[in-house]
Parts: sequence; C-alpha cells; structure tokens
Amino acid sequence: MDMNEIKEIFFQECEEQLAELESGLLKLNDGDRDPETVNAVFRAVHSIKGGAGAFGLDDLVSFAHVFETTLDCVRSNKLEPTQDVLKVMLKSADVLADLVAASRDGGSVDETRTRGLVKELEALAHGDVPSPASHEAPKPAAKAPAAAPKAESPKPTDDSGFQPIPFTFDDFGSDEPAIEGSTYDIMFKPRRELYSKGNEAALLLRDLSRIGEMSINCDATALPALDKMDPEGSYFGWTISIKTAKSEDDLRAVFEFAEWDCDLEVKPSEAESSDEELPMIPVPFDLSALDDAPAVDDKAEETLAAAVAAAETASNVAKAAGAAARAEKKETAAAAAAQNNAAAAAAAAGQTIRVDLDRVDRLINLVGELVINQAMLSQSVVENDATGTSAVNIGLEELQQLTREIQDSVMAIRAQPVKPVFQRMSRIVREVADMVGKSIRLVTEGENTEVDKTVIDKIAEPLTHMIRNAVDHGIETPEKREAAGKDPEGTIKLTAKHRSGRILIELADDGGGINRERVKQKAIDNDLIAPDANLSDEEIDNLIFAPGFSTADTISDISGRGVGMDVVKRSIQALGGRISISSRPGLGSTFTMSLPLTLAVLDGMVVTVAGQTLVVPLTAIVETLQPEASAIHSFGATQRLISIRNSFCPLVDVGRILNFRSTQANPVEGVALLVESEGGGQRALMVDAIQGQRQVVIKSLEANYTHVPGIAAATILGDGRVALILDVDAVVAASRGQSLKAEMSLAATG
Amino acid sequence: MSMSYAVKNLVQGSQELIAFRIGDQEFCVNIMSVREIRGWTPATPMPHAPAYVMGIVNLRGAVLPIVDLSARLGMGEAEPTPRYVIIVAHMRERVVGLLVEAVSDILTITDENIQPVPEVSSDLERQCARGILAIDKRMICLIDLDWLFPEKESEAA
Repeated sequence: MDMNEIKEIFFQECEEQLAELESGLLKLNDGDRDPETVNAVFRAVHSIKGGAGAFGLDDLVSFAHVFETTLDCVRSNKLEPTQDVLKVMLKSADVLADLVAASRDGGSVDETRTRGLVKELEALAHGDVPSPASHEAPKPAAKAPAAAPKAESPKPTDDSGFQPIPFTFDDFGSDEPAIEGSTYDIMFKPRRELYSKGNEAALLLRDLSRIGEMSINCDATALPALDKMDPEGSYFGWTISIKTAKSEDDLRAVFEFAEWDCDLEVKPSEAESSDEELPMIPVPFDLSALDDAPAVDDKAEETLAAAVAAAETASNVAKAAGAAARAEKKETAAAAAAQNNAAAAAAAAGQTIRVDLDRVDRLINLVGELVINQAMLSQSVVENDATGTSAVNIGLEELQQLTREIQDSVMAIRAQPVKPVFQRMSRIVREVADMVGKSIRLVTEGENTEVDKTVIDKIAEPLTHMIRNAVDHGIETPEKREAAGKDPEGTIKLTAKHRSGRILIELADDGGGINRERVKQKAIDNDLIAPDANLSDEEIDNLIFAPGFSTADTISDISGRGVGMDVVKRSIQALGGRISISSRPGLGSTFTMSLPLTLAVLDGMVVTVAGQTLVVPLTAIVETLQPEASAIHSFGATQRLISIRNSFCPLVDVGRILNFRSTQANPVEGVALLVESEGGGQRALMVDAIQGQRQVVIKSLEANYTHVPGIAAATILGDGRVALILDVDAVVAASRGQSLKAEMSLAATG
Repeated sequence: MSMSYAVKNLVQGSQELIAFRIGDQEFCVNIMSVREIRGWTPATPMPHAPAYVMGIVNLRGAVLPIVDLSARLGMGEAEPTPRYVIIVAHMRERVVGLLVEAVSDILTITDENIQPVPEVSSDLERQCARGILAIDKRMICLIDLDWLFPEKESEAA
C-alpha cells in the first residue's frame, strides 16, 4: 500500500468524521446536551487533526487544533454551547471540510474566513475560562522578576506552529523550566500497537534528536531468544537524556500521535533541576495523574488562562497556537480516554467493513447475469416442458426465488441512508442564507431512508441547486416575512421517504410561493409560451422547469446563472426520476422528486412494437387499454386523439417516433399505454402488444455506444436478446413536436 | 502462445494482425485490439442509428453495438448469414462488434510491410485506412478502428 492509498483512506475517514462532526453539532444546536454527543464531536475533530498531522497537512492541523481547543472547553463544561457558539462551530466545521477538501484536491481556502473563525474560536475558548488572577495571584509573586524579561520577548512561532510562550510557565511556577540548556530524561517504550499503526520508533527518535542534544540508551532486556520472538512484537525501550531549549511540551509533541501506544515518561533531569536558578519543584507530569487528579487539572486550566492573558500582546494566530499548545497536554490524555471510548462504542454499534465499491459493483453485475441466466433457463425449460409439473420446473421456481433474494440482498449492500447528502444541504442553507441576509432553518426528516449509492451521489447536485433556489428565491427577506405576519425565520423542510418502491424527496419552503404573474410574463418574454396562452396554475408553475428559464431579476452569485430548474429536471430524469412542484401563493412551494431506489433494476412492461421488443418502465404507466375504433378521433392532419372517460388524450405511435415504421399503425389493432409525463398531461402510447411484466436489469447503452434519443437504456431478456428500455418522457416530448434529435443536441449542451 | 507472440514483438518489433473478408476485399486490424471472435446472432435494431450500426447484441451481459463494416466502408449493407462472424474489438474505452464475412488469416508483419495509403480521391478510404499490406499477391487494407465511430458522434451523448 503506497502513501497515496493511505492518504486516500485518511480522506475517506475525514469525510466520515466531518459528517459525524456536523450531525453532532446539529444535535447540540437542537438542544441535545448529552456528553456523548459532545465527545463524538470532539473525537471527530481530534481524529482529523491526528491524521492530518501524520501527513504533514499543517493548515489542517493548526485549524483543527484551535477548533479542538474550543470544543474541549465545551466538553469540560467551561463553555456553554449556546446557539451563538454553535453557529461559530458549524461555520468552523464548514471551514474544516474546506480545508480537508483543499488538502485532498489541491485548491485553496478562503484565508480571511479561516482566520476570522480562528479568532472567533479563540474568543470562545477564552471567554469562559475562569479569570487567571484569582488563582495564580499568590503563587507567582516570588518568581515575577525572573519572568518579567521573558514576557516582553515572546519567541517567534516555530515551524510546527506551536509557539512556546515560556514566560507563562515561569510566571506560574509550574514544572516547565523552559530555560536554555534544560535537560530532560525521557523513557520511551513503544507497544506493538505503535508499530501496527504505522508509526516508527526510529523516526520519532530522529525527530527528537532535532530538538536538542541527546544521548540515548537502548533497553534490550526484554528481547527474547530468536525462536521465541514475535516478528511483530515490540521489545525495545529507550531512555533518552536530552538537553534542549524547548519545553517539555515540545518534547511530548514529538510523540503526540504515538502517545497512546507507548509508555512514555518525560521529566526534567534530576541532576539538572537541582542546579536551577529558579526555586522550582519539578512536578512529574504524568498523564494518568493529569486525568485523575483535579489538582493537576486545575493547574492545566490555569496554564491555559495564563497563556491567554500573557499572550495578548502577541499576534492573534500565535496566541491561539500558544494557548492551544498549553492545553495540549491535558487534552491528549483526555483524548486517549476518548479514543478508548470510541473503540468500545464502535464495537458495540454493529460491525461494519469498508469495501471497495468496485467489488460491490462486480458482485451486482454478476448477480445481474445470474438473473438473466436463470430467466433464460426457465424459458427454455418451459418451452421444452409444457406440462410444467416436472421436478425441474419446481427446482427452477425455487431457484428463481433464491435469485431474487440474492439480488435484493446485493442491492441492499449498496443502499445507503440519504443522511450525508441532507447534511451537506444544511451547510448550503447556512452559507447561502448568510450571503443573502436571511435567517433560515433547515428541518430534515427521514434521513435514514436508504437508497442506492449511485442515486445518492447523483441527487446531491440537483438538490443543492434546488436548496439554493429555495433560499435565494423561495424564502422572503425577514422584513417581508414580518410584514406578511410570518416568523422572520424561514423554514425549509427536506423530507425523504419510501413510497411504492421509489424514494420520494420533498423540499418544502414556507416562502412566498411562485409568483405566477411574473413567471408567466417571463415565459412570454423568453418566447417560451404565446402571449395569449391560457395556462392552468399547475402549468404555469411547471414553466420554471423550461430550458433557459430563470426568474432572478438580478443575476446573483447564488442562483440564476442561466442554468436553472431545467437542468435540475434533466438530471432527475436522467436518473429515471420525476420532479413536480406545487405552490401556494404566500405559503410556499413544495418540490417533490420521485426517484428509483436503484439504478440497476427496473420493473417494466415488455411490449412489442413493429416486431421489436421494448420495455416500458412500469412507473410511467398509469393504465393500459384496448382502444375501440369509436374512441379514436383524427385531429388535424396527423394528430389523433383518444377519448378516455370523456377526456381527450393525444395518441403517440411509439413505432413511428422511434422510426421503426414509416406509417402510423392502426390503433385498434394495438394496445394503448396511458402514461403520465413530466410537466403534467397524459399521453397514450400505442404499442402493438403487451408481452408481460418483468423486472429487468438495466444495461448502459452509453458504455459502448452513445445515448440514443427516446431510449433510456437496454436490458437483456430471458431469451438472451437485447431489448431497449423506452425513455417515456423523451418520447412524449418528441410527440409534442420537439424532435428526438433536438432533444439529443440539448442533452449534449446540457 | 500469447507469450511467444509478445516475445516476438519485443525482439523483432513485429505485430500481429487479424485479416478478414468483406465481399471480395480483405482488411485487417491489429490483433491486440481484438478481444474475441464470435458467430453472428441477430441484433436488436436501434432507433435513429446510422445505417452502419446494425443494432446491439448481448455479449455475456454487456450491451455490444454491432457495426456493419461493409456499410461503414460504403460497400453496401451486409445481409448476414449464420456464417458471418463478429469481431469483438476494443475501440478507445469502448467495445464494439464488427460484422465481417469471415476471418481469413492471422498475419505477422513488421512495420516495413505496411505501405502508405496511395493518393485516392475517396475520403472514406483515406480516413479508414492506416496502410496497405501486400501479402502473397493479396492486398490487405489495415483499418484504423478509431475512425469507425467518429469522435463527434460519440460526444453527442
């Protein structure tokens, strides 16, 4: 496994941690005060920081560090997670996500925003820390003279970004004699986990050697005889004596990411400390003591507070880094405990494995083959055994059930909750609402609704677009809302649910609804409809899906860049989905998307058209009927209408549209499939005959060929032949006069 | 066997070609781009497809478009019989089936054997042919597979 692969895994984990972080923060925002939630949030940031440190992603580390410090204040109940605090935290989570993305894909982040948040985070971390004066006043008096000269000359930030501010510790009478030439004794004994996590003792020691002059002794007493030795075991320990100008924290920082997997003791050398000019008693800073003893804990807090107070003259970034560095010690110990908790929690919460998507896809393909093969087998058995009672037949039926079950199970592997996508939306709502100066709350429901991963991946973009639209155009400004007697804070509700084998995603805003007058005017201006067109409210609402339609008067950063709802509609359709809108003036609009649960299989009606076998997605069909001659009416030169229960519906000859035949078929000889298409309105599709219904495995045409207008995909039937799956919407659109070729060129530009 | 071919390629800089027949003419493609050769099965016609795309067939679960090479070369649409074969070939990232009358030969040649295409008036021949081979008094045209589906058309999807 090379470095890039490891890094890739790290970024994958980051994604998960970021999701965890955001959902935790949102929970807190909703008033959840469970310490475990706070811990989860803290762990997420800490893990990202840890990994980022291992890969030398300095920007990420330093931001995560500041963030973590503030979170720690929340965790230790020093900072109340109020709405305002959480607002900053959520923004920080966004920046953290940006930093992760920037580290992965290159690119840059908004520096000013990051810096601003660093300041805000710091302010929060400092705000609730108890005033340093009350605690330390009596103690440092004696040491004040020694500390004074240093306080005026804080050292420049070192490479690691952790700026030691030595005076605070002198000031404090703590155990940190950060004086040139201090000697420390370090006992370092790695456990085997250290190596199994990819750390390397030699590298740690080498890092250590860069800090100061050191002498090192290897303790090999634990080394067993060669035949007893576990090649992956850890047998060596080292005692190091190091002379350095750096503080004990800096020494510990070397072991930061290995600390939990080794026995580590860092203490000022006995001999050295007795020679100190300052009358200080070195306190061995043992990790466990730190965690258990409240006295030491207090000291750490004071340390933090003092660092803060003293660093006020330093630059803000340096201040944060310094403060953070002080807090580090306490927090790493706590984090170690948190890690253990996390491991336990993970073990309890059902076991999961991470599987390469390719492998799952291969399995799905194979199962698809299996289904086809089984169908082929059934068919040939039926052909050869008309009685249908033989043992073979019974066996086949069982096989069929099993295959179906296997298929369902395999599909379930790919099924994922829509939660991650919904979470991303909450960020978009936050950002866009900020940008346009609106106050908007996103309420999500049914986040755990599962749907195929490919569907999830593909709905993110259209959903983003719609959310932006809803924030930008849907919800009114607070002033307008107040004037209308509504809550100044707008609400966008995002719901997911399963309904009859599809997933239904609803996006409802409580804004002003669609301004039908304006939409209509715009459509007339853009030549989308005739000026005297008489449209129903529903038809007007659906105009927003027309290509090139955008009602934004001013082209803003957020929406209205010429690509509008038509693109959204197109991408939903490409997924085999439908989208519709219902709007009530003054009360808001609701977009409803209905999507297939999976893109791999489809329930279809197998029909014959001009000697060819076609599959029509069952979801598109409203009803089927055998037209009577009296129900068919000619309309103009080429159009024909069919009357169904006293309403007239245009008749579309599928064979003609697809160029399978050159003359219109006689409707009376065929079957009409009543379909409902996008944008409302029904059409009767004429086919020659219905063969039956069946679940078919969708095969891409694009993989080896190109997109074919009017055809959604292909499938393989029981006899091994390929059948085409009809793209009902495209066919209906074609029947409206848009030619399929035009549709094709549109698709190319879109 | 494939091993020895590969070795030969390395040593002599030679390449292997599969030659096939359409009408009374012979053509060939590089063997490295050929995945398999299979018998003709009826294809499902595609709407709005160019005349030379016969349709699609099932290749072990994948959808394989079939190109009537005769029609593509402007030699008239083929009327395939069960004796016709489909050469399954890689074409950039796609896999397509080429309908030909019969596979006639496997040739091992070096680059020197390939003669440039003479100046002819027809664009079609100039575009499709990468070179001409003279083998045993036969003339065999080396076809450029990338040309079969023009890039523009594939982009239209």
